[in-house]
Amino acid sequence: MKAFNGRVVAPGCVTAEAVVSHGGLNTLASFQKALQFGDKKATCGDQNNPDLYNKELAGKALCLPQTIGSTTGGLVLYCACAMGRQPACMLFSQPIDSLAGAGVILADVWLEGDNVAMPVIDSLGEEFLSYVKDGMKITIKDGGIVEVE
Amino acid sequence: MILTEEQKAILEGSKGEVMAKVMETVIRYGELFGAEKLVPVTSKYNHLVTSFGLKMMTPVFDLMQKLIDAGVVSEQKFSADPRPLDPNVPKNFLQNLIFNKFMYSKQDFYEDQLQKLGLMDKDAFSCACYLDEMGNKPEMGDVLSWAESSAVVYANSVLGARCNRNSGIIDIMGSIVGYVPAFGLVTDEGRKATWIVEVKTSKKPEAQLLGSAIGMKVMEDVPYVKGLDTWLGTELDDAACAYLKDFGAATASNGAVGLYHIDNLTPEAKAQGEALIAEGAKVYVIDDAELQRVYDNYPVIWKNPDAKPKLCFMGCPHMSLEQLKSWTDKVEAALKENGNKKVVIPTVFTAAPKVIEAFEKTEYAARLRATGVIVSYICPLMYMNNPLCGKMPVITSSNKLRTYTTARYYTDDEILVQITGGKK
Repeated sequence: MKAFNGRVVAPGCVTAEAVVSHGGLNTLASFQKALQFGDKKATCGDQNNPDLYNKELAGKALCLPQTIGSTTGGLVLYCACAMGRQPACMLFSQPIDSLAGAGVILADVWLEGDNVAMPVIDSLGEEFLSYVKDGMKITIKDGGIVEVE
Repeated sequence: MILTEEQKAILEGSKGEVMAKVMETVIRYGELFGAEKLVPVTSKYNHLVTSFGLKMMTPVFDLMQKLIDAGVVSEQKFSADPRPLDPNVPKNFLQNLIFNKFMYSKQDFYEDQLQKLGLMDKDAFSCACYLDEMGNKPEMGDVLSWAESSAVVYANSVLGARCNRNSGIIDIMGSIVGYVPAFGLVTDEGRKATWIVEVKTSKKPEAQLLGSAIGMKVMEDVPYVKGLDTWLGTELDDAACAYLKDFGAATASNGAVGLYHIDNLTPEAKAQGEALIAEGAKVYVIDDAELQRVYDNYPVIWKNPDAKPKLCFMGCPHMSLEQLKSWTDKVEAALKENGNKKVVIPTVFTAAPKVIEAFEKTEYAARLRATGVIVSYICPLMYMNNPLCGKMPVITSSNKLRTYTTARYYTDDEILVQITGGKK
């Protein structure tokens, strides 16, 4: 087990299984098909992302450097949260980008209820992304501590 | 964040609960990125990325309705991204059914919401809102609350406006409160280049391929590009602007670039030169071999890589008037050379409604129609984003369309050969 420390972007404690993207996550390409066609597991539809393509994202600990691509990214994340198809948490190795940051803030300010929550930690460092692998158990604790085992 | 008395009052509810939440959203968004203050939005118009009545966006429509019901709308009118539907674009019975009855069943409802929120006019739908015909062209130094990655990177780089890569919804919220947080590309420091890109190609590089290479390398950083003025000149004429439009869209979609500087060409590079380059900037050299490497590494995700293309899309982002004209000449000449009268693959050129209107007034429109090419205001990306179209072998020279869909990328010259039936 190894622990990493980052910045709390959206608070919350959770345990979930890791899915890892080593490249930037294209939010629109990853989530659109799943949200549009009723896939509750939010299977990643981004064929340009070999790490995540065809993997379930809903309920997982999504580990990534940053998000990239369309500026619909934030509202797609907002929709995923509103529809209860969001990852259990998002863990960024780098400082969060403006699109994902917007989605997280929008969900936190405008949505209500337990099923829309999505803890987010950023700035976990490059070592975090090198260490974490698909299927590892991730636990977020208070204060931005992320345990990986 | 340090707020003015007016901003504090809004946050505390002086203009109602919904407006307070809008202000809270903008402030918290800024605080996340270390903004210490809000700065006024100064552009005449705003631009929104969300133009599509996709059923999956119901949570967004609900939020927009909250704003409308509370009378919380912007004093700025706005343009929006292209419409996702156009009856002129080829589609089969099943696609038609899915588009109209399932995917975009909320289109009319959402366009009605946009009208209530301040849409400039019924034709204000284009990702290239900054083209002269569309009338939403910011001035140098204007502070914007725009979204749409290709429009933001163009406004920042070619027009010298100041805008972060805002997400949809944040775009309208900044406009409503009239302020955006001062961080990133809104600040002088955030506009410094942390990459030097040296273009050393033997011919003019394909705009969308060069943009793709740079985007994938620098991601969200700001590149200062040297050597491109050799091919584009030192004046922002129509051809240079069209090139930079396509180049920028590729940097923004293949990476996350919000601003680039082109040595001796873009306004800030012309005014400040290499003073724009931050200390310790990394260097990326692009030659013919590097462009070929990038091209060869694009995944081919068609089920049958040798399938005959069923559709060709050009114009993501939307084509300019100059591009429509020059492509008319190119298609005509290539058809003649290849002994054909009409394009051999159904081909759609996309452009803004008002650019199409201007194009229709020229003699080029009838000539292009005669080649069989369809001109449409549609968003090809939204057309392609469904399982039915995803299975279609579609070709494009748009690296943005390649990134977000199953469309296969070819250079402009390769596209021209394919659609005109050359090199059999």
